[in-house]
Amino acid sequence: MKGASSLKPVPLVEVKNLTVKYQSPEGEITALKNLSLEVGKGEFIGIVGPSGCGKSTLLNVIAGLITTYTGEVLICGKAVRRGTRMVGYMPQSDQLFEWRTIWKNVLLGLEVQNNLNERTKSFAWKLLENYGLADFAHAYPRQLSGGMRQRAALIRTLAVDPEILLLDEAFSALDYQTRLIVADEVKQIIARENKTAILVTHDIAEAISMSDKVVVLTKRPGSIKSIHNIELTCSEKTPLKSREAPEFRLYFNSIWKELDVHV
Amino acid sequence: MSMSRPQQLVNISEEHFLYLQERKKYRFRVILGRIVLLAALLALWEIAGNLRWIDPFITSQPSRIIKTLALLHSEGALYQHIGITVLETVAGFILGTIGGTCIAIALWWSKFLSDVLDPYLVILNSLPKIALGPILIVWIGNGPPAIIAMALLISLIVAVLGVYSGFVQVEPEKIRLLQAFGASKGQVLQMVILPASIPTIISALKINVGLSWVGVIVGEFLVSRAGLGYLIVYGGQVFRLDLVMTSVIILAAAAALMYQAVVLLEKHLSRQ
Repeated sequence: MKGASSLKPVPLVEVKNLTVKYQSPEGEITALKNLSLEVGKGEFIGIVGPSGCGKSTLLNVIAGLITTYTGEVLICGKAVRRGTRMVGYMPQSDQLFEWRTIWKNVLLGLEVQNNLNERTKSFAWKLLENYGLADFAHAYPRQLSGGMRQRAALIRTLAVDPEILLLDEAFSALDYQTRLIVADEVKQIIARENKTAILVTHDIAEAISMSDKVVVLTKRPGSIKSIHNIELTCSEKTPLKSREAPEFRLYFNSIWKELDVHV
Repeated sequence: MSMSRPQQLVNISEEHFLYLQERKKYRFRVILGRIVLLAALLALWEIAGNLRWIDPFITSQPSRIIKTLALLHSEGALYQHIGITVLETVAGFILGTIGGTCIAIALWWSKFLSDVLDPYLVILNSLPKIALGPILIVWIGNGPPAIIAMALLISLIVAVLGVYSGFVQVEPEKIRLLQAFGASKGQVLQMVILPASIPTIISALKINVGLSWVGVIVGEFLVSRAGLGYLIVYGGQVFRLDLVMTSVIILAAAAALMYQAVVLLEKHLSRQ
């Protein structure tokens, strides 16, 4: 008795014919044009594209931060609005507040949403414990390493229990080695918490190694150029191990060509 | 502490030990240098007066300043003068800081307001506020309120501009993070703009301390019958340069103390 709904599940995020224009005295810039995209529950989507193609704009629209656009953006079938509690946004670099302890940083979202209570606090505490930061709860961000800070930022996002995580070049401020390790950790945590994620990055290897699907955007005005379903044969599906899979290089080469980078 | 100190010394390398010693010696020499400079200047001043290289009637002299201090102390008027001036300065300083921060918040809140007021702020900032002194006296009267208004006038605009520039320098990504959680404008102000701007507000405070003193002394020059500024003007008029010098030195000490109070506040806030 598996009905039609399980054959064609309602996607968690639906973007239909999205067009976003920026106005300035010098003129009008079309950042995204007629972009349509579906993201299923539990999927990890990587979005790559030439710089200035509107990748971050797309995330900001889904996060409810940009509200002037044409087209439709639905999460669980409902139009997003400002302050939607469905999404968790991870900005570039961790943006932990230096004047708050890690624990207070983690509670930031709950505080903003006036949702601090015993249940939500114990959920947040559980996350800190699970991901090895409970001992640092009362430390300040400057006392933590780059990788730990990134984990704290992820827990801050997870603490409000969003349906979908939006990662906007979230690891770009880290050095290369930390970046690989953090990508591994983040991927594992997101999988364990059963979350859906959209990762915007300019790093093709990062996108392939973390995502189930890589979406390539065209030059501005951005729309979808191609979608690659990533299937890698490797023992463990962690971002670090993925890079050793034989198909990895093939995906890399074809996406590289599509991006058509001219320096 | 005293138990762990020798332990630390045992654990460090010879080079590090030497480095630390060198550092200690250097800092000692700096402090010594400061004391020697002060003592030498005072001695030179005193001797130059005694040997009539300079006329102590015009330049005063350390020994005369001490005598004047003792005299003012025994008359009891000294503390009243200091008290009035400090009170006026603190009042002008606090009002300037609170008022400046409130206006900066209003400017941050409304882009329209800040755009409308921009040219006025530029003009008020470049206008020498002292020129408004006579107007204040006519409007407010001859007394401490006019002096406090002078101090407020001088420090307010600088406070507004200093604090506002701190507000607009807050990383937009931090604001976006809060907005993505659904924060209202008030929450953004309270949770990120104000706490992130504390260092800028503190440095605005440091400038304001100095400006408030300027305002109060100028105000006292113009109107008052009490206070350190009054003593300086009065001393000048009756040609008692001892009184002028003494007042200036008390003023320097009081201003330095108030500045230190702000530095302590800064340390306290940054430790949190």
